[in-house]
This record gives sequence, C-alpha cells and structure tokens, in this order.
Amino acid sequence: MTGHIFAQQAVNGLVLGSVYGLIAVGYTMVYGIIGMINFAHGEIYMIAAYLTAIFLAGLTLLGLQSPPLAILLVLAATIACTALYGWSVERIAYRPLRHANRLAPLISAIGISLILQNYVRLSQGARTQGIPSILDGGFHLFASGPDAFVRLTHAQLLIVVTAIISMFLLHFFIARTAMGRACRAVQQDRVMASLLGVNTDRVIAIVFVLGAGMAAVAGVLVTLNYGSFDFFIGFVAGIKAFTAAVLGGIGSLPGAMLGGVVLGLAESFFSGFVNTDYKDVFAFSLLVLVLIFKPSGLLGVPEVEKV
Amino acid sequence: MKKWLAYACTLLALALAARLEAGTIKIGVAGPLSGAQAAFGEQFWRGAEQAARDINAAGGIHGDTLELVKGDDACEPKQAVAVANRLVDHEHVTAVLGHFCSSSTIPAFEVYAEGGILSITPASTNPMVTERGLPTAMRTCGRDDQQGVVGAEFTVKHLKAQRVAVLHDKDTYGQGLADAMKAHLATLGRKEVLYEGLTRGEKDFNALVTKLRSVQADAVYFGGLHSEAGPLVRQMREQGLNAPLISGDGIVSETFLTSAGGPKYVEGVFMTFGADPRKIPTGKAVVEKFRQAGYEPEGYTLYSYATMQSIAAALTATKSRDGVKLANWLKANPVETVMGTKRWNAKGDLQTSDYVMYRWTKEGKYEEVADKP
Repeated sequence: MTGHIFAQQAVNGLVLGSVYGLIAVGYTMVYGIIGMINFAHGEIYMIAAYLTAIFLAGLTLLGLQSPPLAILLVLAATIACTALYGWSVERIAYRPLRHANRLAPLISAIGISLILQNYVRLSQGARTQGIPSILDGGFHLFASGPDAFVRLTHAQLLIVVTAIISMFLLHFFIARTAMGRACRAVQQDRVMASLLGVNTDRVIAIVFVLGAGMAAVAGVLVTLNYGSFDFFIGFVAGIKAFTAAVLGGIGSLPGAMLGGVVLGLAESFFSGFVNTDYKDVFAFSLLVLVLIFKPSGLLGVPEVEKV
Repeated sequence: MKKWLAYACTLLALALAARLEAGTIKIGVAGPLSGAQAAFGEQFWRGAEQAARDINAAGGIHGDTLELVKGDDACEPKQAVAVANRLVDHEHVTAVLGHFCSSSTIPAFEVYAEGGILSITPASTNPMVTERGLPTAMRTCGRDDQQGVVGAEFTVKHLKAQRVAVLHDKDTYGQGLADAMKAHLATLGRKEVLYEGLTRGEKDFNALVTKLRSVQADAVYFGGLHSEAGPLVRQMREQGLNAPLISGDGIVSETFLTSAGGPKYVEGVFMTFGADPRKIPTGKAVVEKFRQAGYEPEGYTLYSYATMQSIAAALTATKSRDGVKLANWLKANPVETVMGTKRWNAKGDLQTSDYVMYRWTKEGKYEEVADKP
C-alpha cells in the first residue's frame, strides 16, 4: 500500500462525510428541539437535487455563462425553495400533532416522505435525470509519478469548503443571535421557554427551515459532483445521514458533522482496504460499538432524568 | 316495476360484457414501469403495444383481439410476485410478456408456472430463469453465460487486458453476469485482480475507484445496470483511471448517458448486446413505423415486439389457452418475428443467440465494434 492511495481514500471519505454531515444536521436539529426524527428529511434533499437541475437549466436559458455565479444563484434559489418545503412539512405533519402521542407525528412524517417521493416521481418521471457538468477539472496533489497522485476535483473541494462554511454560519446563528438563543431555550425546556415569552411554534418552524436549508446545500453540491439523480436518492442518503447523526450524538450540531465525517472515512477506508461488499456492515457495526460504549453518541450529552 | 327494470338492465349489461370478454385475449406486460429502471419498462411497453396493435389490425387471433394489461414490478422481487399473482388470479391473463430484472423474473415465473400460464421474458438473461424446469418459462434473449463468454473473449483478445477487475451490483442479474465473466476469464488463463460488489442506489463509488487504481486494473468489467454504471465510469475518469469499462445489456439505454453525465464520460465504454435488432432486414417496416411515431426503438423494444409475435403465433397455431401446450408448441416450432426466425430448445432458451460487442461513441450513441481481432 502506498501513501497516495491512503491519502486518496482520506479525500474520498472526507467528501462523502461532508455530504452526510450536512444532511445529518437537519436530523439532529429537529431531534434536539422536539425529540423526534424527521423522516421526510431525505426527500427534502432529493427535491433540492431536482431544483438544482431546474434552476440551472433556467439560468442557461437566460444565457448565464459564469459557473461560479450560476452556482451561487442556484444555491440561493434552491435553499429558498426547500426552506418552504421544510416549513410545510412542519406545518402539515408536526404542528397539528404537537400534543398527540409521540408515534403520531412519526407516522405522519413517513407519510409526507412517501407523498414527496411519489409526487416527484409522477411530476418529473422515474428516469434518472442529470445535469451537464459545469464544474470540470481539479488538482493533482502530491504527484510523484504517472499514476501516483491524489485527485481532488473542483466539485469535491467545493463540497468540503461549503460544508465547513455552512457549519460555521449555523454555529454562529445558534450561539450568537437572539433567534439562536430562543432555539437553545426551547431545546432545554419547551414549556418553560414558552412561559417566558418565547414563541415556541415559530422557533420549531425555524429549525425545520434551517435543517431543510442544509439539506438543500447538500443536494446542490451532490448534484454538481455526481451529475445524476432520481426520485429515490433521498432514501439511501437519509439512512446514512441519520446514522451519522446518531453516531455523532443526536441533538449535537458538531456531533452531526463529526459523525458524518467518521462514517464517510470508515466507509472509504473499509471499502478501499478490506472489502466493498461489506462496507455498510462495517459502518453499522461501528455504530453499534459506539452506542454500546457511549450510548449518547460521540459528542452527545447524556440525558439527565428529570424528576 | 322500476326495480325489475333495473335488474333487467344490469343483467343485459353483464351479458353484453361477457360477450365482449369472449372476443379478447388478455396478455400481461410486466416490467419496471416505474422506479429507477423505468426506461426499460417503457421499451417493453412500446414494443408490446405496437405488436398487439399490428396483430389486431391483421385480424387478431382467429378473430379475437389481444388486450394488454400492465403489471408494474419496479424491479422489486416482492412486488413482482404480487404483480404476477394479480395478473393470474385477478386479470386472468392468457400469457405474460415480462419481466425485466432477472431478480423479478425468477420468482414471478414460478407463479405463472403454477397457474399454467405461458410466460416469456424479452430481457432477463440470468440462467436460472429457464434452468429450473418450469414448463411455461421461456425467453427471447440470450443468457448471461453466453454474454460473459463474449465479454471475456473481447477483454482478453481484443483489449489485451492483463489485469481485469470484475465488479457487480450484488443483484441476481449483475452478480450472475460477473460470475459468468469470471468463469470464462479463468478458462482463458486470467485471474481477475479484484472481484467486489457495490451497493445499488448509491452514487459515490470513489473509494472503489481508488481501489481499482491501487490494484492497477487495465480493464474493468461491471455486471449491473446503468444507474450505477454511469456514476462509476464518471468517477473512474475523474480520478484519472482511463481503463476501459466493459458491461452487459444492463446499460443499453440512453439513460446511461444521463446517469454518467454526458457523452465525454461514456466514450470508450463497451457492452455486450444482441446484434442490433434494428438492422435485421425483416424488421425494417416495423422500425420505420416506430420512427414515424417519433420513438426510436432502442434496447429491448424490438425484443418485446418479437415476444408478442411469438405469443400470438402460438395462440393462433394451437387454438389453445393452455400455457404448457403453448410453450411446447413454441419449443417445437420456429416463429417468424421482427427479429428474424426464432427457434427454442427444450429448456425454453433460444437455440442461437448472437451477442456482439458495442462501443459507446463520443456522440453518445452506441455502435457495433467492427474490427474484430
């Protein structure tokens, strides 16, 4: 085994992990604030992929040539649109069931997930769709021979950089702004927060919107990188991101990102140096091991029994 | 009085319906009409629909018309069995054209065999489809063991590859094809440098591609479908791995181009498929008919057409609706189809199959590899 192969697998894992992390943030935020899993989250990511293609086609029609500008515009438009989807999911599947049995919103979210999936299938067709590659090229790092190099494409670099920037922005929002403070208050004690004048319904809606926004970032980046998507990509991505969120400690923001990167690296290294057939088995075994020794995940805070 | 009249009307309507029923023969068309493989389902449906229309226009089966019933299995084995049961018990079809994915065809054909219904697949190439002694199971395409031989011969003798990596998608079709490739590579004295399965539905195969680089593969064989083959070849090229990718008939669709992200990624991809049915002289008129309707009969469209012709020929000749009788007649008699004369052996496989190698061009089309070694 040579160094460049090892480094290449690290790059592969980091890119994959950044995508997992971005989607995982949505799961972890919703869980942190209402203690429930948002099963429709993977579909939001899938819709973001379709929106990317639609907006990109629209911009091309308008004659926009510059890739960086196009990507920025598409990112902004997609985030805005998926935020609306995130808000609607909360409004339709969660808010009416706020005081119902814990199981009820879970089921309604699965329902929304099926509806979104089939809505896209019927309106956009079941075929694999794609976009022309607008972000070509990349770097050959540590080149020491004709075959010995580490390849980092521009799209991959964009994924990692954007993931880091989005995480910092989100962290800033939660830690430094008034709305972020309200979010933290609702997370700690929803009843108390509402007694002290925090509009909890609004806060929960904001959290869904933020989560959807992060899924949109992931959707745009993945579409730019892999170029193709279909109505079913939300399922696999959702499962993996949820695993990442649990691995990192569900409810914890840095945990989601860390969980994503750990999962991505674990998959890449196992696939690269042991066996691709069993990479998912390895990833989930890792999850089981972590949960045995640290039930709240890598960065999760153990839940204190409230008396 | 009014009530009595209503009853009489209902009875009359029922009687009329029953009479109409007697004049039609229901044929099930089963395949992935939805889901990731829906492109192939569309090819099935287009071919079957056109064939049924042409047969009905030419007088049908002794005056009875063919009526098609859709069955959507989404390439899911469980759904395929449910669809098969519905076609047999609820729709009472006389014969079934389908399914597409071998993993769906294999369990579904057991249902048809139990119901005594003739079932012919235009596309499932896994050997198990006809190897289990089901009296009603047949196909109008080749088998993976034949396809693997052509793939291996080409890789070793034409591409002169020394270090061949064999990948598959862990599905019945894909892994079966990869195994056939591996077996024939062994008889040619080559041991594959890598044999691994990726997961269907995923998009990131970068780790696997890096592994291909680390084992210095100079040719990659992939048993699977276009939805995974596309991203795989794209990531190979992005990581600077220019080894040729060779695959089977699972990527015979324009959708392969979409899932790879454009013609520049698919250039130089090879695949085995039956000799282009669009070039067989007997099919010229039918191909023209498709093109006039604005549809290019690519991939399995004409296979589906030929399958429907075979079903109709058996129905006409035997004047029977019994699946075993129909199948036995087909196994004993040649049928003139849009793809030339077809003959079957006792298993229900075609007596001759003509796999050839195709190459995807930089225009995003596929053409036969002419320069054979």
